[in-house]
Amino acid sequence: MLDKELRSMIGQVKDGRMDRRGFIKHMAAVGLTAPLANQILALGGVAMAEGASTYKPTKRGGGGALKLLWWQGPTLLNPHFATGTKDQDGSRLFYEPLASWDPDGNMKLVLAAEIPSIQNGGLAADGKSVTWKLKPGVKWHDGKPFTADDVVFNWEYASDPATAAVTIGTYRDIKVEKIDDLTVRLLFAKPTPFWADAFVGAPNCIIPKHLFADYKGAKSREAPNNLSPVGTGPYKFVEFKPGDLVRGVINSDYHMPNRPYFDTLEMKGGGDAVSAARAVIQTGEYDFGYNIQVEDDVLLRLEKGGKGKAVYAVGGDTEFIALNFTDPNTEIDGERSSMKTKHPLFSDPAVRKALSMLVDRESVKKAIYGRAGRTTANFLNGPEKFVSKNNTWEFSVEKAAKLLDDAGWKPGADGIREKDGKKLKLLYQTSINGPRQKTQAIVKQACQKAGIDVELKSVVASVFFSSDVGNPDTYPKFYADLEMFQIPMSQPDPSQHMRRYTSDRVSTKENKWQGTNFPRWVNKDYDAIIAAAEAEMDPIKRAALYIKANDLLIQEVVFIPVQHRLKVEAAANNLVCIVSGWANETDNLFDWYREA
Amino acid sequence: MSQYVLRRLLIAIPSLLGISVVLFVVLALAPGDPFSELATNPNVPPEVQAALRAKFGLDDPIHLRYLHWLNAMLHGDWGFSFVSRMNVDTLILQRLPATLYVIGSAQILALLIAIPVGVYAATRPYSLFDQIANTLAFVGFSLPTFFTGILFILIFSVTLDWLPFVYTTDIKGTGIHWVLEMIRQAIMPVAVLGLFQAASMTRFVRSAMLDVIRLDYVTTARAKGLGQTKVIVKHVMRNAMIPVVTLIALQMPAVFGGAIVTEQIFRIPGIGSLLISSILSNDTPVVMAVTFVFACLVVLFNLIADILYGWLDPRISFR
Repeated sequence: MLDKELRSMIGQVKDGRMDRRGFIKHMAAVGLTAPLANQILALGGVAMAEGASTYKPTKRGGGGALKLLWWQGPTLLNPHFATGTKDQDGSRLFYEPLASWDPDGNMKLVLAAEIPSIQNGGLAADGKSVTWKLKPGVKWHDGKPFTADDVVFNWEYASDPATAAVTIGTYRDIKVEKIDDLTVRLLFAKPTPFWADAFVGAPNCIIPKHLFADYKGAKSREAPNNLSPVGTGPYKFVEFKPGDLVRGVINSDYHMPNRPYFDTLEMKGGGDAVSAARAVIQTGEYDFGYNIQVEDDVLLRLEKGGKGKAVYAVGGDTEFIALNFTDPNTEIDGERSSMKTKHPLFSDPAVRKALSMLVDRESVKKAIYGRAGRTTANFLNGPEKFVSKNNTWEFSVEKAAKLLDDAGWKPGADGIREKDGKKLKLLYQTSINGPRQKTQAIVKQACQKAGIDVELKSVVASVFFSSDVGNPDTYPKFYADLEMFQIPMSQPDPSQHMRRYTSDRVSTKENKWQGTNFPRWVNKDYDAIIAAAEAEMDPIKRAALYIKANDLLIQEVVFIPVQHRLKVEAAANNLVCIVSGWANETDNLFDWYREA
Repeated sequence: MSQYVLRRLLIAIPSLLGISVVLFVVLALAPGDPFSELATNPNVPPEVQAALRAKFGLDDPIHLRYLHWLNAMLHGDWGFSFVSRMNVDTLILQRLPATLYVIGSAQILALLIAIPVGVYAATRPYSLFDQIANTLAFVGFSLPTFFTGILFILIFSVTLDWLPFVYTTDIKGTGIHWVLEMIRQAIMPVAVLGLFQAASMTRFVRSAMLDVIRLDYVTTARAKGLGQTKVIVKHVMRNAMIPVVTLIALQMPAVFGGAIVTEQIFRIPGIGSLLISSILSNDTPVVMAVTFVFACLVVLFNLIADILYGWLDPRISFR
């Protein structure tokens, strides 16, 4: 359908014959809704809508104290040095980006005056530049004005390798220039369909030039303001103790009307997720707790007669099982899982297909994730516009057994299937984490019934996710047949997420296992699809390409999606907290308030 | 005496060097990477992580890293935390007050319980009081603090709603209100730790007292007509305290080292929780500094214990 019909619909929206909501409804009908539906409109010539605000209070302040419980407290407050989301969350209390993401993946303006679009001249038709207009009259907490110089400085600061900023990936390939005091232009080297990365969202907050200009490059660590942020945000900085406490107080000069609602702010760190859930939901000592990865029945028990509730946010995080396409048991030139080998069992597609039928996603949801999970047949689960409707999944030991029978894998004397002297014995690894070990057990059980012997292995998370070249147990080395984890999707766009599995990104000894394609899957079609998608400025064709890429990953069984995971937070019953699955928890903090 | 102290201090230098080498090597060999969280963030290209490792010298050979660290340490530079990019000494000083307050109070509580109970139980061995004290002591040190901690939280915070179970460093209010709140939030952690310490210490005091109380000179003292209190306090206790002093002295470093489990349960921002979170995030400079300070304190308090012996028992001479 898509192309022509959509184009005419975009035309109707432009002429005002169809309203925006109607358009989004139509998109939903064909499986293309939410965040990027709006970007479609933007590139189709209609401006992207700003996310609607549900903020009710009619005056600033008066809301008392807001107490946040981050069981892993922020350890630093400079967004460019954030090693984890906790640090981004903490920095975002005081610093602000140009725009943030609301729960539906819509853009919300923060320091920008308008969303760039083709109509207002913000977006270049060739996708090679974007121009942001800044909100006038915004002041830093010390009274100095916020201008385009600050924005340009952040680019210079982060893209300087000597600064050792973790945001360098976002800024090193772009150029930022000042047009006038309240306008900046971002120039991309090649057409960039997803232009809302730099300066958008909690990871890309803007720090003041006048306080950090002397600390660009090698001296970056010495900046006194690394620990005492002076931002533009709704709360002013009061006190910071790494890992323990961040305190803030209302910014009565804030640039958004009637905001913020709370008079003081406190972010307490430390402890563990279960007791954080208890302090928020059961005893009500705190108003909000982040990342409450606690079993659902524990949460349900706490919620009974409690003072708070669990809150969920839908993003695109997928828990998956990856299959190794190389042989982890043969060593070539000191490297296992070498590209010179082929996996002895998985080179037979029937084995891979059978395995995907042996993952009981419904049981995993029921027994483990509960409200925090959704079963899925896709690797790419968001934003909805990019979610394929072409795949289904099923759990059937019988069908899997038949598939293996037909392919010539017959049960041996010990009940384990074999073919040409190769036994169906698999090593299945993951990081140590309660839900993951339970999922392993569920998969192992089904495999046993189908005549596949699965050995389970759990690796401490700090090792599994490390880049330690000397350690054989890291996920990029993948010295196992199967491995399970998730790669968070940190923005409402699939490009970063899908790019990882092209042939040129294979993880090998040569690149010190820094390649992102850890299944070591090589497929020319996939490479071509990703290359086409990255150059495609037409949002509809682009979405179709990513759907195709996802379908290829699923048909070839490179990944077996186990669960689409939601973010889980704990909140007091009377707290109206806006949490987006596409952003950090504190990204929409300016819109939080308490209901009477 | 001063010669003795000087000699002991000189002997301490090689042992501290040895300790630091062992600590450093163990930490360097331990798996993990302070920037591992970056690996799962698709926004951060892998080269960034590699560049950070190179910048912070994590790719240098171990012996070079050790020499750098030692050199910096001798100049009073404790290094900076990879995770918060903040100086390690500031980080530790920030955490010290909470630890000193909570763990120190727990130690005092333990002493206040252990010495009277232990002494009284020893004067009447196998009496009803002794039996009860013994039983409670056994119960006390059989129950780990993470268990009693959670039990206390369930009873006093969740069910009765009397005490907060999240320790806050920035209590609002001033004067008497502030003091009361500080006491209120410390009750549970101090009780959990104090009772645990008191249990084993009571047993120790009691047996030390029993060893001494049977000696002939005690009988002599009694025979000369001294009162019970005077015999116990002046003659028995002073001698019985020698092993007890060792025990307490060796526990003093723990006051600075914090209590890892208890601090974690009650979210006390002390040295213990700094240590555990640094270990979890592979923040080597912080782990190194905390453990090294701990080692120094153990050496120092051993020395103090030895000097105290001389005061308690003049027959012990320093050579």
